[in-house]
Formats: sequence, structure tokens, C-alpha cells
Amino acid sequence: MQFDPFIIPFEIGLYSIVIYAVVRSVMWFRDLSKQDKLRLQRGFFGRSFGRSIREIFMESLIHRKILKANPRLGYMHMSLAFGWFLLILFGTLEADIFGSSHLNPPYKAIFFKFFNPDHGRTGFEAVWSFIMDFLLAFILSGLILAIIKRVSSRVVGMRKTTKLKPLDKVALISLWTIFPSRLLAESFTSGAYGTGSFLTGSLGSWLASFLPANEMAYPFWWLYSLSLGTFFVLLPLTRYMHIPTELFLIFARNSGITTGDKAGAFTEMQIYSCSSCGICIDACQLNFSTGITNIQSAYLLKGIRNGDNINDISFNCLMCGRCDQKCPVGIELTPIRMIRRRAGETHPVEKKLLERYFPDKPAVQLPKANGKPSYNFLPAIEPGQADVVYFAGCMTHLTPSIRNAMISILDASGVKYKFIDENGGVCCGRPLMLAGQDKEARELINFNSQLILRSGASTLVTSCPICYKVFRESYYLNVEVLHHSQFIRNLIDDGSLKLNFLRKKVAYHTPCDLGRGSGVYDEPKDVLRYVSRLQATDADDENSLCCGGSLGNMKISYHQKHKIATDAAAILTKDNPDILATACPLCKKTFASATKTKVADIAEIVAEAIVQPNPVRNVADTQSTPLHSQMPLSTV
Amino acid sequence: MAGRCLFPKTLSTHDMEGKVVIIGGGAAGMEAAGQLARAGCNVTLLEKQSLTGGHVRNWYHLFPDKRDSMEVIEYLEKHIAHKNISVLTGTSVEDIRRKHGSIVVKASDGREFDADAVVLSTGFDLFKSERKEEYGYGIYDNVITSADLELMFRKGEIKRHDGAVPQKIGIVHCVGSRDEKAGNLYCSKLCCVAAVKQAMEIKGYIESARVFCFYMDMRMGGAHYEELYRESQEKFGINYIRGKVSEVSENINSKLVVKVEDTLAGRPLKMELDMLVLMAGMEMSEGGRIIAENADLKTGENRFFAPADHHFGSNKGNMKGVFYAGTCTAPMNITETISHARAAVADVIYYLKEGKS
Repeated sequence: MQFDPFIIPFEIGLYSIVIYAVVRSVMWFRDLSKQDKLRLQRGFFGRSFGRSIREIFMESLIHRKILKANPRLGYMHMSLAFGWFLLILFGTLEADIFGSSHLNPPYKAIFFKFFNPDHGRTGFEAVWSFIMDFLLAFILSGLILAIIKRVSSRVVGMRKTTKLKPLDKVALISLWTIFPSRLLAESFTSGAYGTGSFLTGSLGSWLASFLPANEMAYPFWWLYSLSLGTFFVLLPLTRYMHIPTELFLIFARNSGITTGDKAGAFTEMQIYSCSSCGICIDACQLNFSTGITNIQSAYLLKGIRNGDNINDISFNCLMCGRCDQKCPVGIELTPIRMIRRRAGETHPVEKKLLERYFPDKPAVQLPKANGKPSYNFLPAIEPGQADVVYFAGCMTHLTPSIRNAMISILDASGVKYKFIDENGGVCCGRPLMLAGQDKEARELINFNSQLILRSGASTLVTSCPICYKVFRESYYLNVEVLHHSQFIRNLIDDGSLKLNFLRKKVAYHTPCDLGRGSGVYDEPKDVLRYVSRLQATDADDENSLCCGGSLGNMKISYHQKHKIATDAAAILTKDNPDILATACPLCKKTFASATKTKVADIAEIVAEAIVQPNPVRNVADTQSTPLHSQMPLSTV
Repeated sequence: MAGRCLFPKTLSTHDMEGKVVIIGGGAAGMEAAGQLARAGCNVTLLEKQSLTGGHVRNWYHLFPDKRDSMEVIEYLEKHIAHKNISVLTGTSVEDIRRKHGSIVVKASDGREFDADAVVLSTGFDLFKSERKEEYGYGIYDNVITSADLELMFRKGEIKRHDGAVPQKIGIVHCVGSRDEKAGNLYCSKLCCVAAVKQAMEIKGYIESARVFCFYMDMRMGGAHYEELYRESQEKFGINYIRGKVSEVSENINSKLVVKVEDTLAGRPLKMELDMLVLMAGMEMSEGGRIIAENADLKTGENRFFAPADHHFGSNKGNMKGVFYAGTCTAPMNITETISHARAAVADVIYYLKEGKS
């Protein structure tokens, strides 16, 4: 039995992290809801298992998404994760093949060179040594990038990187020490025995030429073991917890578990899966328009993990969802922020070191309305009976040109409809939800639900993406909810709306709650393409920007919102469109004072294109009405 | 004598150069030009419009004494009819630069003017009421601005778009003023009293009309304002409702439906009106903004030119030899504008005499 006392720190670290991982996993599994437990079990023994393994390989090891978003940063993550994985894999095989026995304890693989200093002299052994050296060099190249990133994040192509807390620094230094100390330990040993490949061999023989290599090697083996042990022991307290947690998260997510609006084990897994890579900071408009760099999702999750005071952070967000889309780990960042908002103002808790290994669950309850009708003082609204009801919403009432346009479209299409909040209604509830006031929002939702139920409608059309999102997600109604862009597209498609072609260049801004928030990207563009010349912009689809008018941010000033709006408008109007089109009354209002370009809702543009019943035609008219605009959209 | 300031011997013991360019030919610019010319300076007055007089030309009667604004225009025109003043209308300015102790004023047509001192009297622009889309200006025919109403007064008839005489008229205060969402936190100061004046004047044209003012606060800080406010209620029966209009729509009879919260009664209110007047606030003029941007002149949070000192230097900015007069620094009424222009003149004369070196 080969043994040396220097392996003790590594052994302690390794076994404590393994035990911790098992305990924490059991705790998480226990905390899952009954349905989620079933999902996970089915997922684990089902088809999604393969998907999870593949995703773990592609994302946790190769870091494909980061590589795509930012190759240099991706290489850094990949070299450390994939390189280390291969080093362990090949190290284990090496110990198995060349060691004194098979099925070795892990330390044999990690410290193989120490126990087998003579290894690597001949043929196959030398090839293997070359592989091991190559992997070490691969990791070290990533490490150099990581160190440079700490000093200057721009080198790896990031505008900003995350700031660290003290324990993170200790863990970071121990992580950084691991591979250089291994390099030196192996090099000295190789130097003393004349073994090693291109890296450890050459470095070793050079070092041995002026240093007593045999004596020098031992302290570095200690350092190597100590840094590994320290890193493992501290790991649960630091952001490196993301390494083991992400594996669990990938299984859970592939089993079909989602955040929804629940606080619980899945939310916690996501919170601990964040590697603080900082990609969310780069994606955030608050960063690049207003220079606010301390509230992004990486900081929110870090604050939740550490029990810091994050009241300001959680409410200082546009809730646009850009970071959700860019997050390489696929964490549902905006839903987590919504859950955090529901907890209201919380106070930071000073935790003892041991408590931090097993933190309390964030207990954020799902709200229930108190059932008492709070809006009795409002005049009774009689919605009337109709198949299609139109709910304009507060913001549309504040932009009467959109409301008027919708009325003329509805009238021109011949659809039988009722305008249920024509003479006033109550808010859809989403602004309150964004402020964390879900309970109060529930009362609004109940009020509107009754109104819609009484109308007997099967289709609900709304002009505001904010309403659209909440109608779809938080109302329990048996109606088809359509944003007016979808509704107009249907009208064009079934031929009930006849439109002219307007000879105008139009750039389209995708509203956050419609695009990212509800997945409606194509319908508005189809409609615009049908009536105008739609330009491509740098902010199309998933690259779309927040207009700055977001109801989600309770912290920034109107001045800062205006800055976000002017920056976004400048990007969208780069190719000088005649009209900057939106599909949201709030975006329209926000952009109207942020650009000199005419801003119009998609409904206004369509209303302008409506073919009048008895058109007085002249030459110019026939020119501006290509044949295709008289045909249903599906045939174009 | 042109080119030299002839100032009373008690103030000036030696001669000085005095070429002053004034940018903006409204009340402030005209008043400053007249005063400087009389002090012996050689004045060039630049005005981007084809006529001098600025916004005053667009008003009908002025508060608080209902003086015809044309009397003010006549006074100002007489004031600038002076041999030391050359008026260049149709000239807008893009930039000013200091160059070897003097100042170069660059017009957008490429012309350049050398000056020993420059007075900026670029004034204000009315808030564009279309920006408050919820009030429906530009969408509903019978929503007009206070400036449109003055034109109607001048024409001598107040009519709806369909030609009918309005009987129920609303006046919305603070349109684009004290409004964070419009980007203007400040009070434009004179819309309150202008609304009171206009409400009374409406009653002069349409005796049977009922006029409702929707206000946040009635800011009656000027001389005779409070008296006017009182008179409007006692003699003219104007109704004042404290609350901000939230939205305006049009019903099938083409009446305007205004939603407002009566904050004194503590309840929401819905009202049908024949006409709605928006009291548009004052904003930094676009012309002033361009000069500020190109010449690096400091502007305040309110985007108007920032004076060097609120108490002692309200006519000075951050560029030596450049002085401010009138509403390019903050909203002011005509009385204040003329006083501010005269104060600028005192600063210019002192600067030309003592402070240039």
C-alpha cells in the first residue's frame, strides 16, 4: 500500500465534498413537490436521461453556449472544465493501467507521478505521459486566461466581470494554485528521475539543472494536495458550487421541472448553478445604457445565496428577459427575480459558517386573493355577449390613436365584437405582479375574469403585450387570448381584412412581453411585411431590446429610462425607416419622445392601409397596391 | 460713435470696444439690444424667424391687466429701431467659439460674426402636446393648446372643429410641466395664471360657457395673480377641480370624455366636454439646445442654460463673455424677461469695461 501523509488534505476535501453532495442532493429531492419528484424519477429512468448526459457533456464540460456567445470566454471555461475532466479520466486510467493494482483509490490517480516517478520512460508510457502533459497545458492555458480576466475582463471579450466576496477569493486562489502546483510538483519529480513529457519533462530537467529537484518536489506535492483539499472544502460556500449543482439542475430541467412562480428546491438549484460568468451583465441594457453594473442577475443570485440585502437589486431590473435568453446555464432568471420580489423587503441575515453549508430555504408563498371583491365602488360594467371581446387595457387608453386604429380595424373586418373596457375597466394585474404585489393583483384578475366570463367570449383580443402575457399565464379562462398582431394576421389570412400596400420603410421593435415574454415574434412581422417594407434591424427577435419604459423597474429615474429609450431607438432606426413600428402602447409612448422618427403601433399602420369600401382610385393608388396585398397572407 | 460704449462719465472714465451679438430676437433679445445700443454698443441682433418679437406675437391679451400683446411688440420694435442695431432675421445660430479674446458666432448658413460679448436670448419652445398622447392632441379635433386658443381669441371666435360654439370647456394645467414622465420636473410657472386669464376671456366670448380648470396646485405667485384667480371664481364662475386628467376619449357624439380624479372630493370623475384646452408648458428651445451642445455651455437638469450663480450670476454661464437673458435660463413671464434682459445688459457693460482682460 503506497501512502504518504501529504495526501491527507486532499482526502479530507474529497470525502467531505462527496458526502456533502449526497446530503444536499437528498435534501433538494425531498424539497421537490410531489409532481416534480415524479417528473425527476421518470426523467432519470426515462428518455430524457440521454438528453441530460448529452447536455452535461456539451454545456458543463465543453461550454458550447458560452463558446458561441464569446469564444475566448468559452475557451477559458472549457479548458478548465473539460480539461480537468479529461485529466481526471486519463489519470484514473493511467493509474489503472500502469499502477501496481487495479481499482485504485482516487488519490492514486491524482498523485500518480509521486507514487510512480519512473513511469513514462518507454513507448506506450511515453505516449500516455504526453497526453497527460498536453491536458495539463490545456488547463493552464485556460487558467492564464482566467487570471487575465480577473485583471482585465476585456481581454476575454467581456465588458464587465463579477466582483468576488472574500471566501470566493480564497477558493479562487486555491483553484488557481491547483494546476501550477501540480505542474511544479510533477516537473520536479520528473526532473529528479529524468521522466516526463514535453511539459513536465523539459521544465523538470531545466529546473533540476540548478535546483535540488528531489527535495523541491515534496513541498509542491503538499501544496497541490492542500490546494485541492481547500478548494473542495470551501466549494459549497462559494460560487464554485455551480459545478456540482449544474449537473443536478440539468437532470431536473430535462425532466420537465420549471420555475413557474414557485419558490422551492428547483429555484434553489438554479440559484446555486450560476457560475457568475457575467454574460448577463453584458446583455443588460442597464449596463450599456446607464452604466449600472451591480444589479444584474449574477449579483441577484449571489445576493440570495449569501443572504445579503438585495432589496434594491431585485427591484432594479427592467424585467426584459434579455439575460434569461443569454444565460449559458439556462437559469430562469426573470421568474426567480419575480419570486424574490414577492418576498418584499427582507433583511440580511448574518449566518454562522456552518449554517452557510445548509442555508434556509427562501420561503416565498404563493399568494391567494382574499376573495372579497375590492372594486365594488366602480360602476358596474355590462360586457354584453360576443364571441370576440376586445380588451384595450390601461396603456392603450392612454394612447388613443392605437385604440382608434383597433376600432377601425375591427369595424372594417366585420367581426362581431364587444369592446369590454371601452368605458373604463380595471388593470390586468401585471404591473402589481411586477412589483411583487401578487395578492393585490389576484383581486384585479378575479374582477376581469368575471367580466370576461359574463361576456361568453371565446376569443379575447388585447392591444397590450403586458395584458397579453398576464391573460395567458395568470388568468384561468377558457378563452383564446390573442395579441392584436396575431388577430390582425388571422383577419388578413381569412380574407376579412383588405389592405393596401403602403410604400413605407418600417423597422419593427419587438416588445419584451410579446417576444421574449410570450414567444410571439413572427405574427407582427408578417403583418408589417404585408403592408409595408419591413427592414431588418440589429435588434430583431431574440436580440430585441427593452424600450426603457418598463413597468418592472422601480429604482431608476425617468432620466435613465429615457437614456435607455434613446439608445434603443437609435439602434432600431439606424437604417432611417419612415416608421418605427411597435406592438405595445407602452413602447410606443416611450419611443415617441426618444426619437425623431415617427413611432406607430402596428394597428395604426394597418388601419392606415385599410381599403375603403368605395375607393376613389387614381393612377397613384393602383401603383401603390400590388396584387399580392389583395390575397390572403398564406398565399403570399 | 458706433463701436464704442458711451456710458455716463460717473460709470466709465475711459473708452471701450463694444461689439455685441444677441442671439434670439424675442422680448429678451430686443430689450437687451435696445439698452445696449443706447449705452453706445454696436449691436447685431440675430433672429431665426422672419420677424422679431418671438412668442409674444402669438399671444392676444396678457395677464394680469389684459394689455394687448401688440402694445408690447410696438414698444420693443421702437426700442430696436436704433442706428447702433442691425437686425438680421432669418439667421439661426449653430455655434459660438472663443477666439483670441473675442467670440465668433457661427450661423447655420456659414456666416460668422465677431463679437466682444454675446447675449443668448434663445428663449423657450412650447411643450409639444402630442407627446402627452393620452390627452388626444392631434387625435381629437377639439383638443387644442393654449397657443391655439390665443389665436382663436385674436380671430375673435371660439369654435369647435364642426363650427359649433362650445358650451363646456375644460382646461388642463401642467401639460408637460411638473411631469416626470414627460421629462420635465419643473413648474413652467405662468400656465396657471394664463389659464385663469384664458378661462375669463372665454367667458367674455361665450357668456353661457361653463369652464373647468383641472389643476394640481394653483401657483399664483406673481403680482395681481391671486386677485385674478379670485375674480375668475367670483365674477366669472370658473370651476377649479384639483386633479390630473388621466385620459381623454371621444364619444359617438364627438364630445370629449375626460377622466380625472377629483382629489378634493376623493373620487374619480368622468366629464363630457365640447372642447379641451391644454396648457402647454415651456421647454428649452431647440435652437438653444443646439448651441449649448456645440459650444459646451452648461445646462441644468431642466435642460435650460445653467446660470453661473443663482443669486449673483443669473445672467452668466460657463463661457467668458457669454451672457443669458430671459427664458433661455428658466420659465419667466414678460415682466421678468424684460428685467432679466436689463440685468444682462448691466453685466455686459461691466464686462466690456472691466472684465474682458
